[in-house]
Formats: sequence, C-alpha cells, structure tokens
Amino acid sequence: MQLQLRGMTKSFGDLVANDDISVTIEAGQIHALLGENGAGKSTLMNILYGLLRPDSGEILVDGSPVAFGSPADAIKVGIGMVHQHFMLVPVFTVAQNVELGDERVGPLGFLRTSEAEEAVREVSQRFGLEVDPAAIVEDLPVGIQQRVEIIKALTRDASCLILDEPTAVLTPQETDELLAIIRGLRDSGKSIVLITHKLREVREAADVITVIRRGRVVATAIPPSTSETELAALMVGREVSLTVDRGTSSPEAQTLQVRGLTVYDAADRVVVDDVSFDVRAGEILCIAGVQGNGQTELVEAIMGLQDRVVGEIHVGGTVTSHPETRRMLALGVGYVPEDREEDGLVSTFSLAQNLVLDTISTSRWSRYGIVDYARIDAGARELLAQFDVRARDAYVTAGTLSGGNKQKVVLARELSRDLTVLIAAQPTRGLDVGSIEFVHRRLIEVRDSGVAVLIVSTELDEVCALADRILVMYQGRVAGIVGRDSPRDDLGMLMAGVVPA
Amino acid sequence: MSEERSENPTPILDSRTRDTLHPPAEPPPGTSAEIRRSVLGMNLLVSFLSVVLALVIGGVLIVISSPEVLSAAFYFFDRPADTFSAIWQTLSSAYSALFQGAIVNLSALSEGDLARAFYPMSESITIASPLIVAGLAVAIPFRAGLFNIGAQGQMTFAAIGGGYVGFALALPAGLHLAASVIMAMVFGAVWAGIAGFLKARTGAHEVITTIMLNYIALYLLSWVLNQDWFQREGRNDPISPILPDTSVFPNLFGLSLRVHAGFLVALVAVGVMWWILNRTTLGFRINTVGANASAARTAGMNVGRTWIVAMLLGGAMAGLAVTMNVNGTDKVVTAGVVGAIGFDAITVALLGRASPFGVLWAGLLFGALRAGGLTMQAQTGTPIDIVLVLQALIVLFIAAPALVRAVFRIRGGSSEAMSLAKGWNG
Amino acid sequence: MSAAMTAVPEAPAIAPVSPRRPLAMVAIAVFLGGLFTWLAPAGQVTTFIFNLGQQFFEIPDWSVNSRTAAAAFALIAVLAALAAWPLHMRRRSVLWPSAIMGAALIMSFLSWVASDESLPVTGLLQGSLLLAVPLVFGAMAGVLCERSGVININIEGQLLAGAFMGAVIGSLTVNVYLGLLAAPLAGALIGVLLATFATRYFVDQVVVGVVLNVLVIGLTGFLYSRFLSEDPDRWNNPPRLPNITIPVLSEIPVVGPVMFEQNLIVYLMYVTVILVQLGLFSTRWGLRVRAVGEHPDAAASVGIRVNSVRFRTVVLGAAVAGLGGAFFTLGSVGAFGREMTAGNGFIALAAVIFGRWTPLGSLGAALLFGFAYNLQNVLSIIGSPIPSQFLLMAPYLVTLIAVVGLVGKVRAPAADGIPFRKSA
Repeated sequence: MQLQLRGMTKSFGDLVANDDISVTIEAGQIHALLGENGAGKSTLMNILYGLLRPDSGEILVDGSPVAFGSPADAIKVGIGMVHQHFMLVPVFTVAQNVELGDERVGPLGFLRTSEAEEAVREVSQRFGLEVDPAAIVEDLPVGIQQRVEIIKALTRDASCLILDEPTAVLTPQETDELLAIIRGLRDSGKSIVLITHKLREVREAADVITVIRRGRVVATAIPPSTSETELAALMVGREVSLTVDRGTSSPEAQTLQVRGLTVYDAADRVVVDDVSFDVRAGEILCIAGVQGNGQTELVEAIMGLQDRVVGEIHVGGTVTSHPETRRMLALGVGYVPEDREEDGLVSTFSLAQNLVLDTISTSRWSRYGIVDYARIDAGARELLAQFDVRARDAYVTAGTLSGGNKQKVVLARELSRDLTVLIAAQPTRGLDVGSIEFVHRRLIEVRDSGVAVLIVSTELDEVCALADRILVMYQGRVAGIVGRDSPRDDLGMLMAGVVPA
Repeated sequence: MSEERSENPTPILDSRTRDTLHPPAEPPPGTSAEIRRSVLGMNLLVSFLSVVLALVIGGVLIVISSPEVLSAAFYFFDRPADTFSAIWQTLSSAYSALFQGAIVNLSALSEGDLARAFYPMSESITIASPLIVAGLAVAIPFRAGLFNIGAQGQMTFAAIGGGYVGFALALPAGLHLAASVIMAMVFGAVWAGIAGFLKARTGAHEVITTIMLNYIALYLLSWVLNQDWFQREGRNDPISPILPDTSVFPNLFGLSLRVHAGFLVALVAVGVMWWILNRTTLGFRINTVGANASAARTAGMNVGRTWIVAMLLGGAMAGLAVTMNVNGTDKVVTAGVVGAIGFDAITVALLGRASPFGVLWAGLLFGALRAGGLTMQAQTGTPIDIVLVLQALIVLFIAAPALVRAVFRIRGGSSEAMSLAKGWNG
Repeated sequence: MSAAMTAVPEAPAIAPVSPRRPLAMVAIAVFLGGLFTWLAPAGQVTTFIFNLGQQFFEIPDWSVNSRTAAAAFALIAVLAALAAWPLHMRRRSVLWPSAIMGAALIMSFLSWVASDESLPVTGLLQGSLLLAVPLVFGAMAGVLCERSGVININIEGQLLAGAFMGAVIGSLTVNVYLGLLAAPLAGALIGVLLATFATRYFVDQVVVGVVLNVLVIGLTGFLYSRFLSEDPDRWNNPPRLPNITIPVLSEIPVVGPVMFEQNLIVYLMYVTVILVQLGLFSTRWGLRVRAVGEHPDAAASVGIRVNSVRFRTVVLGAAVAGLGGAFFTLGSVGAFGREMTAGNGFIALAAVIFGRWTPLGSLGAALLFGFAYNLQNVLSIIGSPIPSQFLLMAPYLVTLIAVVGLVGKVRAPAADGIPFRKSA
C-alpha cells in the first residue's frame, strides 16, 4: 500500500505542530520519521491514525484521497499502529486484547474465545511472533506485550504499520529482534513507518528517512549516504556534539551507600532484590537498564516513597532502615522524579509555589507555620532567571510550561538547597536537545561541586555520556557495576541479564 | 512541543480557572492579572447565569404543576388569556414571595415597621449561619482531595457532645457557651477523624465511610435521646432539656429577630479558614495534597496525616455548625436538630468552589432561598422542595460551565469542568 | 550467546506472607464467639423454626440449649478461621472459610439473642431477600456504570425516581405492569443526565451524582406535595404486584418459600443478575464495556467510541436501578413516600465495592446487607437484649467494617471516575 500525506497542517493554539508536511510512504519500505522530542512526529501519526483531525491537508491511499474520522476508519483502509504506550487492557487476555473492536462472536453477541485464540495463534505463527493467546497481558514482559500490539495490527490485515518509538522499552537485543521482525514484515510487502529519535536504529533499519524539525520536513535522506552526525544536525538544526563535555571526576568519600535493599510491590512480588552500591561525593553513578527492571522502585525506596522496603541506606554518616521522604530531603538528598508531570510538579500551582514545594516548612519561607509569600516570590524570580526558565512570570501555572521548562523548574527547586546527594531519574526523558544539553551541563556542575550524583536512565547514550561508573539492573538485581569505558555490547548483555565472561 | 500540547490544547485557559482554587499569594502583575480578572469575571458571569437558568427552570416547574394554571389550561382554547394570566399570577406571586421571604418584607417596609420588614433577612441569615459553617466542613476536606459527605453525621455526633455540655453543666455565662461549642467541635472532629484515619490507614474511600458514619451517628443520637441522662425529665419523646441562657448565643437585634451571635462566629470561621488555607504551611500542604497527592508525597509531605488533619478541621467546622442550632436557634437537642444541613452543605461547598469566601456567599444564597421558600410555601402553596431543585440545578450548571455558555451563546472563558473529588483508586 | 556467559539468576519473585489477616480472623472468631457464648443464658432454650407454609416435607423445629448452641457455633467459627490460616499463607483465597466463619458467628449470635424465643429462620431469610431486592438492583446498576468507567453515586436518586414513577404511572393507569415499565424509564432519564454531564461536560462524576440525588429528592418531593398528597387516590394508589408461586420449586423446604413465592420484580432480579454476569463477561458488549472502563485509550485506538459506550452503559445501569426502585412502591407498600429509598442507594454502592465490582460478589454483599436489615426487624418482633438503635445501626456498621477490611485488596476498574477526553 502506498500512503501519501500532502500538505498536512495542524496547530494547537499558537503552536503549529505540523506545518505543511508532505511525505510518501511506499509499499515494501521501512520509512523512518526522525525528529527530536516535540518536533511534531506524533501529531502527524495521530492524524494518520484518525486520532486527530488536520486543519488542512489530505491523506491519499494508493492515490485516492481518504478522510479519517476515527481510528476505525484508519484500520479499515489497512493502517495499524503500535503505540509507544501500549494500547492493551492489562486485565484482559492476549486474545481478548487482539480481538477487541473486531470480536469473534456467536449468536446474541456471545464471544467465541477459542476462535479468537486460534486467530492469534495463526498470525503469531505466520509472522514468527510467539505468544500465548490465553495469557493475561499484565503478567507478560514488556517485549512480549509489544508483540501483542503488533499482532493486534496484523490480525486487522494492516498493510501499513506505524511504530511509535518502539524501542524505548527494549533491551539492545530485543531491539535487534524487533528490527528483524520489521524487516520480515517489509519483505512480505507491508509498508512500515518507524517513528523515532534514535539515530542508530534509523540508520540500521530504515530504507528512507524523513527528518522533521519544528513541524516541518527539513530533509529526506537515504541511510548509508548520511552519517549520524549529519542526521543529528538535520534533526536539531545546528551542529550538535554527541558527547558531553564532562571533564574528569575527582571522587571523594562515600556519601550515599545502599546496602541489601529489597522492595516488594503491592502484589507481593520482589521488584528490587538485595541491591547494594555506593556513590561517592564528586562522581556520577548511572543506573542503566531497560525500563521496568526495578530502577524506578529502587530510587523511590531510597526516597521513602515505597511502602515495603528492607535494607539500609547511609547518607553522609546517617543510617536509616526505614527511609522517610521528609527525612531524606532534610539530609540533603535532592530528587528529580522520573515522572515530573505527576510527581515533580503540581500543574495547577504557580511556578513560585512549585519552587518551594519541598521546602515550604523551612525557615527560609515560613515561620511558626505562617508562609512568607513575598519572600517566596522574590526567590522564585531569582531562580527562574538563574535556570533560564522561559515563562512570563512566576505566577503562571506549571502546567502551561513545555517539558524542558518543567524539568528546569524541578532542577531549580532541588539545586536551590544544600545537597550532599542528587538523585535524578530519567532526567531528560521527552526533552528537546537544547534542554537535554542544559540538564546535562547542570548535572556535571553539581558533580563537580562535590555532590554524589545518582542518575537513572534507560538511554544508553545518556548513560555513557554522563557516568563515571555504570550500574546495570536486570530483574531487580544488580547485573554488574562497570566503568564508563566498558564496551556498549557488554552493557547491552548486562541489560539482558547476561554477565559477559 | 506538539506532543505535550496535543494532550491539552488550551492549557492556559484550563489552568487559569484552577487558580481560583489555589490563589497565589499576591495579585500578579501585568498581563496575567488582566487575564485572571477576565477569567474571574467570566466565572462570576457563569455563576450568575447559572442562578438565572435554575430560576427559569424552577419557574417552569412551578407553573406547569400549578393547580390554577392546570385548570385554566383545561379550557385554554376557549380563553387562552386565562392561562397566561394564571401563569403570570403563579410565577410572580411565587417568586415575589420567595424574594420578600428572603430579603425584605416590602409592605412592612413601607409601613415603617423595621423589625417586620427585616424579619426575612434575619431568617435568611439565621438559616445561612449553620449552612456556611457546614459548607466549610465540606470545603476544607475538598481542598485536600477528600469528598466529605459526612458533615451530616459529624453535626449529629457533635450535637450529642455539645448539647450535653450545654444543658448538663453549670458554668458562668460565656465560659459555658465556649465549653459547649468547643465540645461540639471536638465531637465533630472525632467523627470526621474516623473517616480520615480509615482513609489514611487502609485507603477506605471517604465517600463510603462518611455515609455509613452518618447513619451510625443518627442512631446514636436517637439512642442517646432515650437515655435518662440525656432526655428531658418527664418527657417520653426524644428531646433534651432546654439549654440555659449561659450556653446560648445572644440574639443580635433583640428577641423579635431570631438572628443570633452565631452568625458572627460563622464569619470569623470563614476568615480563619481562609487564612489557614492561604497563609499557612498547613494550608499549603492541604492544597498540595488535594491538587496532586503524589507530588505532595514526593515533596516529603505526609499525605495521610494531611488527610486526617483536613478531616479534623472539617469535622470541627461541622461541630461548630450544629451549635448554630443547638446553642442558637433551637436551644435544645432533638432528633431533627441537624435537619438536612449536612447534605445541603455539600451543594454549598460545591457552589462556593471550595473556597471559604465562596462558601460564605453560597451559604447566604441558599439560606435566603430556604427562608424565601418557606414564605413561598406559606403564601402561595408552592412546596418548599422547589428550593432543593433550585440548589441542585445551580450547582449542576456551575459545574458544567460549557453548558451554561452554550445556552447563553457566550464565547471565551474556560470550559474546565469542576473536578474536586477522586476516583475509587486514589 | 556463548557458553562463557552466565545469566543473572532469576529473582525469587515473591514476598513473605504476613499472617496478620488470619490472625485477625482467629482473634475475631474467638472474641465474638466467646462473647456470645458468655452472654447466652445456660438454662434457656433457643428454637429455630424452618417451616413456612406447605412444602414437600417439613423440617422439624430445632430446639437447643442457648449456651450450648452459641458455643458450638463459636467453635465452628474458630475452626473456620484456623482453616483460613494455611490457605492464606499459601496465597489461596480465604473466601470460603471467611464466609463459614461469618455464618457461624451469626448463628452463635442468634443462639444468644433468641434464647427463650422461637426464631423463624425461613421467614428471616425470606424477608432478607425482599429487603435486598432494591440493593441488588442498585448494585447491578453500580456494577454496570462503574465497569464502564463512570462512578455511580447517583444510585439513590435512580431508585427514588423509579419508585416515584412506578407509583404514579401505576396509579394513573391503574395498571401495575405499566408502572413497572415506567420505573426503569424514569431511572434511565436520570441516567441520561448523569451520563451527559459525565461524558459530555466531563464534570466530576461524584459531584454530579451527589447533586443529581438532591435534584431527584427535590423533584419527587415537589411533585409529591403538588399532586400525590393532594389527590392520593388518583396519583398515589398503585396496584401492587401479586405474588407468583412457581410450581414445584416453591415446594422445596426453606428455599421454596424464600426464593419462589415472590412477586415479578424478584424474579426479574434473578434474571438481571444472570444477564449482567453473562453480558459483562461473555459477550462482545461486555468486553467493550470493560475495555472502556479499564483502558479507554486502548478501546479508542481500535475504533470503539468510548464516551458513547459509557453513555449507553450508564443509561442502562440507571434503568436497572429504576426498575429496582419500583420495588419500594409496586413491589411492597404500594404508595410512594418522600425519600422512601432511605439510603438504599448508598448501601448498594457499598455492596458494589464490597463485591469487588463483580455482579456475583455484589449480589452476595447486597444479600448480606438485606439480612442485616431484616435481622433487626425480626429481633425487634421477638424482643432482644440489644437496644433497637444499635440493631438499626448494624447494616451500616457491617458495611463500614466490610469496606475497611477489604480495601487494599480490591481494585476498581482502572479508569473508573476518570473522564475520557479525546486528545483534540
């Protein structure tokens, strides 16, 4: 199937997300849409999948124009989408998820479970995507859930498959497997759209690359003839160095020590299993690993945000076995949470209020429980300038800011305290390159000022760029702690739970 | 940018309305202040139009159910003018009675009989006083993200404690009143605290626990009223002894007007609660927990404890609310001393958008509606239940500004719907 | 992968089990069982009567020494609690031991309070079922709405609307079946309001529910004063549904008179529960309703129109509640009274939560609450040592304890209460 987008334009308020974008996706081709976060890729795909309606522009399937009012229309013409956040009902079985919206039913609408399961089996055999159709989705590992998403599209006879950031949750090995599957699908005549901001996979897999920047198509490239540096420059609009100027670290005393930390989740599962490590003042320890291997819970446990924790945490000279958030903050632990929208900020509060969220009760901002708002506002103005937060004033609500500016607010808040330890979880997730560079620079500065820095990141590039030492987690355990110069392949294997010899 | 914006196409307007719930410390300078004013103005307009719309629908209901109109409509085609005059008669007399019963008695005013002229206003304020304070009892937990449906039960339980101290102890005037009021507030706080504690400790949803506690309090009061130590001597019906003058709010304007000093206490309560919510670290915590509990937790706030404190504060307000009747209007504890104030308080808090001064105005409005409704029922036979209908409609419209703006074809402003409570899972 | 590599050992993915729950069960069984045994007078006899009307055969009345019976049932309760222990430690369900323990404690309690009296067991159960009828309908309404992702705190209002309209239409037409038809329509009308505000204007669902309750109370009260109490013969004198005795089934002792000598609404209740259970879990419709309540984005991504599924499900649920409301008037007393649903809607909501958002679980919870209500009725007739106010409190206390004890273990539909907005 040939898919053409012509003159797509879509704006949200003042912001033009897609500005006259035209792309042609040929059958039997892997077409990558490359662009940094916020470039407008997802908007484009949501239009193509009928989730958004364009302001102007048209979609042509095999030369004839179509209009999508809802995903149902897109599915009908043979477009399938694998979303970045899986569109699977966790409590349903694989077969139920696959058939949802296109159910096998008998009289009176009764479900025919065995037929549905058979259909899944058939597709999974045909394309080599092994999965148990009767399994409950929430019990499956992320990689398999993604397979279910692909099967879901394939059972609907999709001839064009859109994959939105499909490798974000995969190990390097799983990524290779996925790319192999995608190539297989291409060879069977399907057209594939790969949306990503990762240069490496694009060059590995794509037949054609369309680079999008600020809502516009800035280039079309053929992989072997375009280098990674060139792609990066096209994507960002200027020369970018793919490395961080990190200087050298001069680690001192051990500031954060974690000993035998085990965390149970609500369903009694062990999510962090007997983890021990140290972070010294003046060094950055990065925790690498695929999303969902216990990094989130580990960090939350250290911050006192998990309920069932066993083990010891030493900060400076203080030992705690039952960490409490307030106490950890008081000990000088700064925390940049993974989900900044949900945990880092109150989106309905003003920036000024957000900047004192965890220090409101200190003598800086209040006395005898009475808040000194004049001082808070003055402090806020200073911090916003210092951290280059682009906002009209300190009274706009946090929810109105862009992702990069939100993260700057969180950083400003945490770095405005006296810190001995800084814990930053996924500090650059979803940010544009400019903001990423800003955040990286700040993190290095913090390290150089003698703070022990612990960073969790699933982006291997980021880990390699920032870390002085790297801890790899797999299934809640420490798979290994290695130096920053260890080969990427070794890190990849550790992330898959294999210890290289 | 597009990815983030696409989830929330009009973020600026959305968040502005929320600001009314979480006001910043100072009026912000420059353009944002103008936007804020215009949004605030839009909110006021929507609120006003909601009342208008509710009165229109209520009017239709009054008219089509009126026996006079129905009998005139019976021969509509012979004499249509009869029907229209009956409609006008019914509507004007009902709403005129509503107004005169709520604000001022015009004929008495023209006669110069001030006591009788302002009797309606006195009644409105008398009825509004407990409504306002009970509205605070719902509004404060709202700010912490809790939906306190239990003001009714908290008032009921408080009536036991406050009432007992009020009639059973012998203390000097003033001190006695204070003791009785404080005891009521403690009892109310305890009853609300149970729900807060259960929420914080086990996650039991406060909507369910407070409803159950309402019934339990109701039967506790009914049991207490049958006990020798609570029942008035020589009476078989469930009624307590009369409270002595030492434990009663003094009347503000002599005996002919019922309005008593409880109203002043209610005003003070509004001010104090505003101050707590907007000027203290406790208020900051309550607002944070209500706006985003997980961010509050991440910022080191103890969410459970904040819930409990918010419920305790709310319960204390419920306790204070019932003293407006026990130590003021009724001067006695009966099974009906709370009436349905605890439930009306929910609509008051919603109409007041959970802000203390909003609650004050909402309480006054609903108090006036009720006082006027009683007059309307007495003078025109229009059932007082219409007031409930009006209350419900007003809140419904205010909660859905998009609907009101669609009805009146207004452009601009915010369409952010009211969102205060949380689902079962959090 | 070469042989030189070693895999990181798989994690032992399970936390140790805390014995707190079975410990609490044993403690409760010992304490309450001991209390009832101690309170039961040793010298008196408790008689349990099983017969009601004519069945195939009679079960003889059972007279037993009060204290002996209380002690025996207490022992059963303790044994059941002990049996739950190993099950719990092996992460098995303790539903059955809990149910047996509860039943035994109730019997122990009855042995005490009915000492020196005769307790009509069959009558007690029959009345319990009747009192549970509106609760069951309300709970099914709650299950339907909440499975689709809309919190239904408006059950009370839907019941009341059904009761009102059933009575009025039944009276005006002098036809009980037309009344029975009007009741679900009235409920559905309220449901349309709830669904409109929840899925079109995205108003907080708890807020709308509460406010709509006020609206229905106000409206029915207003119309009651204007018409029903003015001319009760015309407006508020509906015929009542006759009892239908099912041949054969009604002849089974205990079960027959309890379940099969009832009026049409009760039989409709059986059908409703079965339909809701089957519909939600075995049909395309149910799959979609549940998908919309668990993960609306996923449903939308395969072309399901989330808000319209929710809208229809809410209206259907409200109609079910409206039908249940007819029980208050057409199914029992006939005439409508102000606020006659008296909080049943909220108890039904508690039954939904207690029953973990499943039709069968909610049915069980509703029956339990019905039993708690009727026990109070029966005990006040035969006389009991407990003040009536505390018996009246019982259903609410039971609900409170049940909800508190269960929460944390239960999970509402993931998107319950969260409005679904398309991204543009």
